[in-house]
Amino acid sequence: MSLQDAAETAACRTEEIMIDAIAQLLEGCGHIAVGVLSPIPGSAALLTRSRSGARVSIIGSDHPDFRTDGGVDLFDSAGQGRIDAFFLSGGQIDGAANINLTGLGDYPQMDVRWSGAFGSAYLYFLVPRVILFRAEHTRRIFVPKVDFISAPGTSPPNVYRPGGPYALVTSLCVMRFLKETGRFRLQSLHPGVTLEEVRDNTGFDFDARETPAVTPLPDRSTLSLIRGVVARDIAGPYPEFAKSVLGYMPA
Amino acid sequence: MAGTNTRLLASADELAGLVPDGARVAVFKDNGIPMEIARALVRRGARDLHLVTVPTSGMFADLLIGAGCVAAIETAGVSLGEFGPAHNFVRAVKSGAVAIRDSTCPAVYAGLQASEKGIPFMPLRGLIGSDLLESRPDYAVIDNPFGTDDPVVAIPAIRPDIAVVHVPLADRFGNLWIGRAAELKILAHASALTLATAEEIVDENILEDERLAAACLPRHYVRALAPAPNGAWPMDMPGRYAADAEHLKAYASLSRTAEGMAGYLRDIAGAPEAAE
Repeated sequence: MSLQDAAETAACRTEEIMIDAIAQLLEGCGHIAVGVLSPIPGSAALLTRSRSGARVSIIGSDHPDFRTDGGVDLFDSAGQGRIDAFFLSGGQIDGAANINLTGLGDYPQMDVRWSGAFGSAYLYFLVPRVILFRAEHTRRIFVPKVDFISAPGTSPPNVYRPGGPYALVTSLCVMRFLKETGRFRLQSLHPGVTLEEVRDNTGFDFDARETPAVTPLPDRSTLSLIRGVVARDIAGPYPEFAKSVLGYMPA
Repeated sequence: MAGTNTRLLASADELAGLVPDGARVAVFKDNGIPMEIARALVRRGARDLHLVTVPTSGMFADLLIGAGCVAAIETAGVSLGEFGPAHNFVRAVKSGAVAIRDSTCPAVYAGLQASEKGIPFMPLRGLIGSDLLESRPDYAVIDNPFGTDDPVVAIPAIRPDIAVVHVPLADRFGNLWIGRAAELKILAHASALTLATAEEIVDENILEDERLAAACLPRHYVRALAPAPNGAWPMDMPGRYAADAEHLKAYASLSRTAEGMAGYLRDIAGAPEAAE
């Protein structure tokens, strides 16, 4: 690594590592859809678009290129297999990739109540590559078993399910989800993160090699794309994120 | 409904008078959120409303819940988006003050589409194996009659009594120009009747303009219409005005406590004294 590269790397933010890591997982996708409250996945989708020309639909965007054809269109498109990738998060995520967006405690008068399932209980079944993302990587989020299954990670063989969990990206690592085992497998640790640290902060068991790979840092051209065209386009739906995280200043 | 002329009313308050206590009221999530109607319902002291959010909601649902207007809500999610959780919604669901029917976005649309077509249910993929499905005894898992061992979820028709909408433009005949908010058609078709406010009401029949007609909801769905300039405030009206972010920030902060919310309802929404 040259000195200049090292200097740029030092200035690279965790969010930018996550954006680049998600973009790698999106390779080959022709149509990527982005839901609400998803600035990091949205940026990753835009990064993929800037490289491959993939179609990106961003819910809530007013930009003509990113608009869906109305709210029903997204779900109908997913039902027909017209969407290759989508993103979900969760207040809780467990080792079987079940996600909880509903709350903690006994339903319905829960101890902690979140906003609700949104489109997850449908899109998780139908979109081939659902990438789970959550910057916070703690045992509060990654639990042995979710309190409420807003959307299940796996289904019995007779349930129509062309889609499902593909990977999990956090501020510590990238994991892949294997349908065959129904478990997560560590793919890479972000630079400076140890396997022990991930195990300490994950409430469920997952598979890993003894010496896992390291998540590659975004290279110079990737960083300039993220801070350039991606920042400009994500500033539409997420102005605050574009400004404070990617340093975007509107002209 | 046929042959009934749309009533032109003077204000959202008059419209709110047409919403009886206990009505099942449907509202779309964006593209002209009828906030002035929400405030008018608060002023009227509406009670026991059953909200159907299409498919989610933000401040519209939170305000009505905070004002004690709502007994039940069917929703795929209520949140203030980038301004954080919807505190009144959270408080009311946790305390049981509002009965929750959790849904998922396409299930709300599917239920409304069944109602549009006058059929009892609409099949939908997904949901199987979720606790969400377990929480909905009104949903049924059925066998695809054209397949083998292919379970699919039947979503019962959702028939709201009233759809409330806010549009950029309407004419004095009651035709509504909805722009790209095509979902408003589903809402209006599925509901027994529609009550609308508009930023602007013109004299010419907008259905006679081919460029406007394609994005119109014709008047035979619209029971009553009233003017409401800035009627989506503090939410945005695409093409006309942006959301009032400062106000939404203040609302998110005030609504954290029941006391703060009572103050907001009194000072901003004009709630009657007794409202808590």
